[in-house]
Amino acid sequence: MTSISLRAALAALTLLPAAVLAQDVTGAGATFPAPIYAKWADAYNKASGARINYQSVGSGAGIKQIKSKTVDFGASDMPLTDEDLAKDGLLQFPTVIGGVVPVVNIKGIAPGQIKLTGEVLGDIYLGKITKWNHAALTALNPGVPLPDADISVVRRADGSGTSFIFTNYLSKVNAEWKSKVGEGTAVNWPVGAGGKGNEGVAAFVQRLPNAIGYVEYAYVKQNKMTYTLLKNKDGQFVAPDDTAFKAAAAGADWAKTFCQITTDQPGKTAWPITNPTYVLMHKVQDKPASAGAALKFFDWAYANGDKAADDLDYVPLPESVKALVRKQWDSQIKDAAGKPVARK
Amino acid sequence: MAATLPASMSTPTPIAKPRPQPPERRRVAPWADSLFALLAHASAWLTLLLLVGIIASLLVGAAPAIKEFGLGFLWSTAWDPVQEKFGGLVMIYGTLMTSFIALLIAVPVSFGIALFLTEMSPGWLKRPLGTAIELLAAVPSIVYGMWGLLVFSPILSTWVQQPLQKLLKGVPVLETFVSGAPVGIGILSAGIILAIMIIPFIASVMRDVFEVTPAMLKESAYGLGATTWEVVFKVVLPYTKAGVVGGIMLGLGRALGETMAVTFVIGNFNQLNSLSLFEAANSITSALANEFAEAGEGLHQASLIYLGLVLFFITFVVLALSKLLLARLKKNEGARA
Repeated sequence: MTSISLRAALAALTLLPAAVLAQDVTGAGATFPAPIYAKWADAYNKASGARINYQSVGSGAGIKQIKSKTVDFGASDMPLTDEDLAKDGLLQFPTVIGGVVPVVNIKGIAPGQIKLTGEVLGDIYLGKITKWNHAALTALNPGVPLPDADISVVRRADGSGTSFIFTNYLSKVNAEWKSKVGEGTAVNWPVGAGGKGNEGVAAFVQRLPNAIGYVEYAYVKQNKMTYTLLKNKDGQFVAPDDTAFKAAAAGADWAKTFCQITTDQPGKTAWPITNPTYVLMHKVQDKPASAGAALKFFDWAYANGDKAADDLDYVPLPESVKALVRKQWDSQIKDAAGKPVARK
Repeated sequence: MAATLPASMSTPTPIAKPRPQPPERRRVAPWADSLFALLAHASAWLTLLLLVGIIASLLVGAAPAIKEFGLGFLWSTAWDPVQEKFGGLVMIYGTLMTSFIALLIAVPVSFGIALFLTEMSPGWLKRPLGTAIELLAAVPSIVYGMWGLLVFSPILSTWVQQPLQKLLKGVPVLETFVSGAPVGIGILSAGIILAIMIIPFIASVMRDVFEVTPAMLKESAYGLGATTWEVVFKVVLPYTKAGVVGGIMLGLGRALGETMAVTFVIGNFNQLNSLSLFEAANSITSALANEFAEAGEGLHQASLIYLGLVLFFITFVVLALSKLLLARLKKNEGARA
């Protein structure tokens, strides 16, 4: 609905006549990073002539396709566990970071005016807090004119990585949420109307008075939605922005494993609902040429793609993480004979 | 009707000389005939084969869920992807209820449209009006969905739901039917949007079959002093009932299978907390469209395919019932004669 999807569509159009060249790379998976992959692919095509064809079919389908080796790389918002990766011989690495932000639509309330904690947010989504002037909300927001009105809860109807990050966060900070609902790309929502896609949730929130919803940061920024402040693990109320997302990503111990869910990270300025999106590749490559081309593309994107990511309101990875990923590429991804796949 | 034509044409020349044999035409390619026959047969069998193939692949895909939940799937309201507990009642109820509301609205309105176009409309209005209704069928369903969400549901909420809630406050049973958050999305708005979508189908089929009623029958009834209403109800409808039922079934089929427009306005809510018409709900197609892409292999996906199988079955039952209905109507006809 916004310029993101338009740009993605335009970029996708330029990719259409792809499939024939030898060094073509195909990928499939998550919809959340699709706009940035498309933009990178477009710029990379201009720089090197190679074509990257990315189908945004959803994380679940992306994982399926990479397991059956119909694509050169898969993409998922939800990291696979190290055991799962080992079972299928896959390597997983992060590409960009995204943040999920609660948004509200209350008359007379400005962006950043309402403070929420994870506990309260969970209770709202559990249907335990149903009015905006509930004691828990007024205690957090003294002096804010919260109306005596029912809260219209909005959430994703489709299975999505956004929902996974959001429910993962709620499970970490709200014990009742963890036991009753849990985390996943789709869960058994106790209350709320479901919108399809980020744009569906954004439309619902903007249309329903006294609504609360959660969307990717890009949608907040582009639609100028009323975001809320959230209390992070260090007890600070933070506003969602690039530095807050970066602070959250920096807190994770990337050297141990890339299977990191960076929600509720420590750090004074860290935004609590943040998560990187991932790419999956086979460690043993039957087609080292196209694997090498894929690695070359991501290498190029790490080096030259930060500005494009910023433009589309994604957060680039910290340089230290990029260096770790490059090391993994060189040591882990090999051809059938056991020789490392070249990306230079 | 067509079958009687050749007989009446051949009557004027009863005593003519026996005609000479028609000139022999050389068959250019005798194999072409058999090839064509083969192709025609093959196409017919292909449809059947596809049908069997679809059922088989649905059964195979749904097998894990069928094994796990059995027929209890049909009346369980649980839908919990995290705990892997699935039941289809919420979606089945949503599909049937929205389609029922759609028919409840669309059938009388379509009947009125067809009646007006064939019996009452001035000649100059017939064509433009008929074309306009057919054009409605060409509007993409996503447009109906967005219109329903952004334009129609606020209207429904402010002008129907909220006044009704005020009016029925404290009335025991009726109150539950209008309860729920005043947002205008739910079963009723999905049903109304569906009604708008299927009206052109039902109306144009009804108009077409009403038009083939022989003028002589109608004129005779008018001549006996029947009113327009009596003519339509006692002459036109009995003559065209097979076509009318067919048109309604066509509309019902579309309503059962509609996805995009429903998903926008139904609220996609997998709980069955109340019987309110304004409560957000879910339909089979909408659940499939929303969850299939991200559903992991295993029970979640199998349950979604199971839902697809249920929809297939519902459509099949609806079709069978309509055939049965027609057969009964025919039998009664024989009894009266």
